[in-house]
Amino acid sequence: MKRLVAALAAVMCLGAAPTPAPVALDALLAEAPAPKLSDYRLFRDAGGRAPNGLTPYGLNTPLFTDYAEKHRFLYLPPGAKAAYRADGVLDFPVGATLVKTFAYPADLRRPDQKVRYLETRLLIHKREGWAALTYVWNEDQTEAVLKRAGARIDVSFVDAHGQARRIDYAVPNQNQCKECHQLDKTLSPIGPKARNLNGTYAYAGGAENQLAHWSRLGLLAGAPKPDKALRTARWDDPAEPLEARARAYLDVNCAHCHNPRGVASNSGLFLNLEETRAAALGVGKGPVAAGRGSGGLKVGIEPGHPEQSILAYRMASDEPGVMMPELGRTITHEEGLALVRAYIAGMKPQ
Amino acid sequence: MMRLTTALLAATMLGGAAQAKTIAVAPGPDAQERIQTALLDAKPGDTVQLAAGRYELSDGLSLDVDDVTVKGAGPDATVLSFKGQKGAGEGLLVTSDRVTVRDLGVEDTRGDGVKSKASDQISFINLRVEWTGGPNEKNGAYGVYPVSSTNVLIDKVVVKGASDAGIYVGQSKNIVVKNSRAEFNVAGIEIENSMNADVFDNVATHNAGGILVFDLPNLPQMGGHSTRLFRNKVVQNDTANFAPKGNIVAQVPTGTGVMIMANRNVHVFENEIAENQTAAVMLVSYVQKFDDKTYNPLPRDIVVRDNKLGRNGWDPKFDGGAVLAKMMGGTLPPVMWDGVTSFPGTSDPVRVVISNGPILNLNLPAPGALLAAKPKVEPTLGDAKIAEPSPVVLPKRQADLGA
Repeated sequence: MKRLVAALAAVMCLGAAPTPAPVALDALLAEAPAPKLSDYRLFRDAGGRAPNGLTPYGLNTPLFTDYAEKHRFLYLPPGAKAAYRADGVLDFPVGATLVKTFAYPADLRRPDQKVRYLETRLLIHKREGWAALTYVWNEDQTEAVLKRAGARIDVSFVDAHGQARRIDYAVPNQNQCKECHQLDKTLSPIGPKARNLNGTYAYAGGAENQLAHWSRLGLLAGAPKPDKALRTARWDDPAEPLEARARAYLDVNCAHCHNPRGVASNSGLFLNLEETRAAALGVGKGPVAAGRGSGGLKVGIEPGHPEQSILAYRMASDEPGVMMPELGRTITHEEGLALVRAYIAGMKPQ
Repeated sequence: MMRLTTALLAATMLGGAAQAKTIAVAPGPDAQERIQTALLDAKPGDTVQLAAGRYELSDGLSLDVDDVTVKGAGPDATVLSFKGQKGAGEGLLVTSDRVTVRDLGVEDTRGDGVKSKASDQISFINLRVEWTGGPNEKNGAYGVYPVSSTNVLIDKVVVKGASDAGIYVGQSKNIVVKNSRAEFNVAGIEIENSMNADVFDNVATHNAGGILVFDLPNLPQMGGHSTRLFRNKVVQNDTANFAPKGNIVAQVPTGTGVMIMANRNVHVFENEIAENQTAAVMLVSYVQKFDDKTYNPLPRDIVVRDNKLGRNGWDPKFDGGAVLAKMMGGTLPPVMWDGVTSFPGTSDPVRVVISNGPILNLNLPAPGALLAAKPKVEPTLGDAKIAEPSPVVLPKRQADLGA
């Protein structure tokens, strides 16, 4: 009943104001975060289903978050463009906002039905730098409010194999957002690197390469033709080389901390795509501060032997203090783990 | 005009400091969210005051604001229990500068206890970090854990049960660890890949190893040097090593007093070292394979002098130790050195000066080459003049905290 009323109200509003007000750039740029997601007018509806002129995007290889579906959007202030960068994330102008909603369909095999929104995270490029915020949706799915200190949400869904799953989903606190989203202590986006955007997206008007699409719409300046730009492999495309898929997976799921400028720099384990030194990638490398996270194993990667590799051991765990990544998941990503195991198994034993 | 602006700015900042406030948190439901919110709301100069009582936490806590003090009502009065922790790699993570954490207890974190990463002027004072079930390889690795930090003060801290090191300082610079107590950990106190550390007036007892000074390869900060260990009581380290395999401390033989692995310019003096069944002091090379041309695996410029050595070395717990002890008449000399004096690709001279013998010099030709040992017992060793590192000086405001 409540929902019906909300829907009716929404329809009446739409009827009254056929042209929605634009995104509230002043709210995005304000020093203090808005208390409610709707204050930014990023969506035309109260439920955050209808983006207000935002550009949807996807990543060739995304971060795993407990099998949550993610809806990503880019907002740019009128007339502003992002500038292409071959390395790292694109150079976004002030006001640029990355919007990511985490959602669970009741059954992952039917992703469009009975979808529950949990949180919508914003990365806002303010004048003084990037800010990370998250807004948690109410049970009625009519409002999302700012949550700074983190939360746990009881979530049930049926997974891709038809198994019922129940998880204690973790909404990160504001500092935890920063733990992953930082380079040299400065907050930064992770996903929208040119190379990870360099793939096809199924837009309402038809499929198109995202770099080409953004360039055509005037959202992106300076990008080369997609086939001349670097491209991160799709982790789940069996047609791509195994190593490229595994390195892409490790880059996206681990390297936001495990890079020389990240939170895990002290480990000396660097899993970013640019890393080429075998020891830095974990091959034959002993643990440093892993504690029981080592699982009694001696090296990060023992070529040919995933069962002797700490990397796979920690990916397989769902126990705090053992599991990696430390944040962002509460359950094991079986498919990602299988990929990394296959990658290690395929390395020539030493 | 510029000056006026500066003056105004200064006034504003002073005003800000004058308004430093205390954010009070009490135990009770939603402790997780209330403490974390306080840690997010704190402004530079503020104190987050945790009232006496027990706080049941479900996730890690973190602080990323400079100039904040997190203060409890005492290490046994304010207790942060992480028994029900579901996420994060540590209990409390500090990533900002000029932070003091003091007067509270942290129990049963799933990973590390209290950690700082890349902090300047980080102080841990009068803390208790404990795994209440006693030594267990499922306990978290480190109790108090500053890493990649500068100006580190650890004072009056007690750590029990860490499955790696109770007090662990890694890849840091300018460090003071004093008046603290580490017991029932694998390693009591460990200084690793760090420069300029003073470790004094501590007690390390009932660990597998008392105090360790290590340097490891393949890390952003290597070449650890200039550590002074003095006036510590390193006695009865007798807990069987319970570290998970693979970790470097799993190689520390049960009953080791002080162990120096790789590292340079380490001075061990005026300590009381007794009742450690393997050895009072061991100087060893890093023996594992490594691929890092910038790393020197040998201990060098080591001074051991004027320690009070009691009974040690009667039942050494390293491979071949029992046989070796038998050869020596039942008990090993208290100080042991692997005797490696050169390593391909390194040029530092290896100087070891031990006036506090007798010393068992294994005279190994290379790290870990035990089968080629030519053990020799000597009353003293070396006569090089190795200058002692100057005392570590912390910024005054920080040093005063520990006064």
